[in-house]
Amino acid sequence: MARFDFWWLPRAVILGLLAFIIFGPLTNMLLWTVAEKWYFPHMLPLEYGFSFWERVFSPRGNAMSSLATSILVASLTVVASLALAVPAGYALSRLKLPFRGLILLAFLIPQAFPNLPVYVNIARFFYQIGLNGTIAGVVMVHVTHGLVYAVWIATAAFSAVQIDLEEAARSIGAGPMRAFRDVTLPLAAPGLMASAIFVFLESLDEFTGSYFVGAPDVNTLPLLLYTASSGGNYQIASITALLLLIPSIGFMLVVERFLRADVLSKVGH
Amino acid sequence: MRKNLLAILLVLPALVMIVLFFIVPLIASILGAFEVGDAWGLGNFRKSFELYSGDMIFTVVIVTVSTALIGIFSIAIGGYLTLGENPRAVAILRWLYRWPMFIPFIVVGQILRTFLAKNGLMNNIFVSLGVLTPLQTVGFLDWRGIVIAFVWKQTPFVTLLVAGAMASLDRSTIEAARNLGASRLRILIEIVLPQISGTLLVGLILSFVTMMSVLSVPLMINAQSPTMLTADIAFRINAHGDYGVANALGMISLILTTGVALIYLRQTMKERS
Repeated sequence: MARFDFWWLPRAVILGLLAFIIFGPLTNMLLWTVAEKWYFPHMLPLEYGFSFWERVFSPRGNAMSSLATSILVASLTVVASLALAVPAGYALSRLKLPFRGLILLAFLIPQAFPNLPVYVNIARFFYQIGLNGTIAGVVMVHVTHGLVYAVWIATAAFSAVQIDLEEAARSIGAGPMRAFRDVTLPLAAPGLMASAIFVFLESLDEFTGSYFVGAPDVNTLPLLLYTASSGGNYQIASITALLLLIPSIGFMLVVERFLRADVLSKVGH
Repeated sequence: MRKNLLAILLVLPALVMIVLFFIVPLIASILGAFEVGDAWGLGNFRKSFELYSGDMIFTVVIVTVSTALIGIFSIAIGGYLTLGENPRAVAILRWLYRWPMFIPFIVVGQILRTFLAKNGLMNNIFVSLGVLTPLQTVGFLDWRGIVIAFVWKQTPFVTLLVAGAMASLDRSTIEAARNLGASRLRILIEIVLPQISGTLLVGLILSFVTMMSVLSVPLMINAQSPTMLTADIAFRINAHGDYGVANALGMISLILTTGVALIYLRQTMKERS
């Protein structure tokens, strides 16, 4: 006998409230990107249009150069992080290493301490050696911060590759480099891809380090967002926020495809 | 032996990076806190307490309240995902709760700044619905705004960890308690929660540290006094070039963070023994 479920009402109310809490602010941001005229106490903008988009995307606009800077910094950060993390991850997963647990933990340090005082002192040091306000300086800060993802995920990705396959390649005469390049690396590629995306997004979104080491010469998107917002220019700030949001949301939707459960279960081990 | 050396050589460049660009500046910051002019002393700390003791309390209260709320919400969401009996509601919740997780803090600051302001969308909706009159609206861009921003952004992360731990629990004890007539709330508190408290703790400590070092949210939502220590540090550097007090404030926030981590660690040790 079917009985009527009276709990649908509180359930619907709570889920609706949660949806409002999560999507309300996001909708608000979307409205600001197309609001030409919007003032209190009108619930919705009075005029819609894309004139601010034109301003942001005009070839000489600040946003285009910030976007280019951000992508350049993030790409260099990914290349440098992987160059450091692939050998380290391979050693941590395959080779005998003294103090292995402690070494893994060492990469967590930049996430486990409040990093603002560190950035302040890096900025002071970089200023003395002329690295402050340069792309290289910002990349170094981002690499240090993102290395934990790169190394931990790379280690997990190599651990998830069956060692038999590597040994089979070695037993039919492949050298260690050849076995690594032709067998282990391709099999670990999806996991390494995930760590590359992680590092890219971390770098794209990083604010505090760029604020101290980069500004005002290296103007990344988060810095542009901050200046636009403190100047009260909510349209430009919201469009910049949207540019930063799209890769993040996109990543959330595809992350499970790259980071399979067998790799995920080995992270941090 | 040769293999050992090779392994060390492969890990070394990455480790050097951490030492050079994190551990050395961290030590420099601790030493810098005691540097007054050309001598060593506690002058920076004296000045910090004189100028910013209100902000220290403000920071601790904000981060503690946020951590508590994040804990409560993540247990509630994770608990419903594990014990909920309506498959459609569970599926909707699973899809819904994750959205803010990957949104950067600076973007969270911007979107909540426009949403929660006195003349923001939230109040505009209430006014249009007739719940409030324009004169009754209040802005939330003070300590409440910072707490809302932190909880909004960090709850999905802790929930993800908590829900994962809950999903891998042995279902048989839950089913047994259910058959004996225990309510779901009681199962959550007495059976599920004790088994996942370790994961919850790790998630909350990581969130606590993250919130202690976020600069963009206090700058975007509430940069006037009282504000958080991170905003004060930035102000000391940018307005005064005063590295001594900035480093002292940094060390104080470091001590607060380690203190909290230690209290929790001791708590778990006690529970286990």
